[in-house]
Amino acid sequence: MPRRLLQFLLPAAVGALMIALWYGIHAWLSEDLRFLLPTPDAILGAFREHGAELARATLNTGEGALLGWLLAVAVGFALAVGLSLSPLVRLSFYPYLMILQMTPIIVFAPILVLWVGAGLKSVVIITFLICFFPLVVNTTQGLISVDRNQVELFRLYRASRWQELWLLRIPAALPYFFTGLRIAATLAPIGALVGDYTAGSSAGDGGGLGFQTLIYSSQAKYPALFATAAVTCALGFLFVAAVLALSWAALHSWHDSYERNDQ
Amino acid sequence: MPPIVKIEDLHKIYDSGEVPVHAVRGVSLDIHQKEFLALMGASGSGKSTLMNTLGCLDRPTRGRYLLDGVDVAQLDKNELADIRNQKLGFVFQGFNLLSRTTALENVELPMLYGKRKMSSKQMRERAMHCLEIVGLAKRFDHMPNQLSGGQQQRVAIARALVNEPQVLLADEPTGNLDSKTSIEVMGVFQKLNEQGITIVMVTHELDVAHYCKRNLILRDGVIVRDELVQDRSIAEIELAKLKEAETAAKLLAAGSPAH
Ligand SMILES: Nc1ncnc2c1ncn2[C@@H]1O[C@H](COP(=O)(O)OP(=O)(O)O)[C@@H](O)[C@H]1O
Ligand SMILES: [Mg+2]
Repeated sequence: MPRRLLQFLLPAAVGALMIALWYGIHAWLSEDLRFLLPTPDAILGAFREHGAELARATLNTGEGALLGWLLAVAVGFALAVGLSLSPLVRLSFYPYLMILQMTPIIVFAPILVLWVGAGLKSVVIITFLICFFPLVVNTTQGLISVDRNQVELFRLYRASRWQELWLLRIPAALPYFFTGLRIAATLAPIGALVGDYTAGSSAGDGGGLGFQTLIYSSQAKYPALFATAAVTCALGFLFVAAVLALSWAALHSWHDSYERNDQ
Repeated sequence: MPPIVKIEDLHKIYDSGEVPVHAVRGVSLDIHQKEFLALMGASGSGKSTLMNTLGCLDRPTRGRYLLDGVDVAQLDKNELADIRNQKLGFVFQGFNLLSRTTALENVELPMLYGKRKMSSKQMRERAMHCLEIVGLAKRFDHMPNQLSGGQQQRVAIARALVNEPQVLLADEPTGNLDSKTSIEVMGVFQKLNEQGITIVMVTHELDVAHYCKRNLILRDGVIVRDELVQDRSIAEIELAKLKEAETAAKLLAAGSPAH
């Protein structure tokens, strides 16, 4: 059988099997425990019932995730360039970056709410805090691990520091940068969700998926809770897919990890 | 004519490590314009150290070095860099091309720096001309990963030529290449040399050195042999021979009856 077909058929078969198992477990549970695992059709029903609400919440969380992620990219990249300038700069700042990374976001949330209020701003900042570390670390690593021979060649031809950065270090750091970008993309929806859960606000149209999670669980709307989880997964996929497409577009023409077929 | 390179009783001692290393121990050498010189010797004999001194990349511990009549010891860091960029071109064993960058842009790189003011059109034309010299004009828009090792080295040679140097310095330029590609690169060097460029290269392969005009052998930081090459190999002829042999082998293979 052609590989293409298998690639499609095998996951489909596994999926069908899992759904069958799912219904099986649901039927096997005693009547009073069935609420623990709503059936797929019950979840689809929840989608129908809460569709508008979920769509709005997804947009809100998506907005928080995107803005926080973009902020992390901008700040992370600039900081990485600064850190790449000298080992002394890195020595001075790394401990504080580590401390920032080690502090659980949950303890920031009340402080943020105090400072900027609950809502989108807090969600963006929390997403930023979660995304920004892998971006800084990876990009800095890329900027400093450029081939020594190349650096010497640039010095030999008397390139300026600026030319060295722009023509040599940044292109060489791109694959590392995209690794950081990908990690950050998987973290961004999670960050926005956590942010929304801990520092979100339903004022106006502001509630996101984290907020809906709170509502549905407190109202014991379990199928809707599962539907929210599914939407969150989809949002994460969307982010990662976008970054993969971006990194392919930026790297495929010259980087060895994407082989070119034309001569 | 005075020699383009003149060194007198040159010494280089590295004393950064625990024990000082006396890498070059009194070398005197005149290199005239249009010479084509191979520096040979075992690993650790001081070839790269001597080349780095010739390239003004490193200062000698003792001795004099006149590059085109200028005493290099008198120059400050910037003047040294200037004379290096005006008079010298460098080719390395690992081609050191920028991977995100086309062949043409790689060749243009040395012109981006320094004081020379040129329009981007002029730079493009100059770089294209150098690619023509090494026979790669048709591949100007290829990325390094789309070029073979020999082609990459030819791009690197074009890059070394772009500031119109008088002397080309090459440390093991064929070190990463197979024998046929090495001959092709030596062919490029021979052509450049005929056009008047002085070439000094390091190699530890005897047959590669045989394409040069003069061979020096270094041992423990001292020149132990300095002789003109008799009956030197001509790349064009050797490549033609190789091609003939290949064709003959193919004909033979095609002509042999199938079993
Ligand atoms: N930067 C350096 N610091 C200390 N010792 C060095 C340095 N460069 C080369 N050497 C030493 O100098 C000697 C000559 O090295 P080199 O010129 O690289 O020889 P070759 O190129 O012929 O192999 C070796 O013993 C080497 O270990
Ligand atoms: Mg060497």
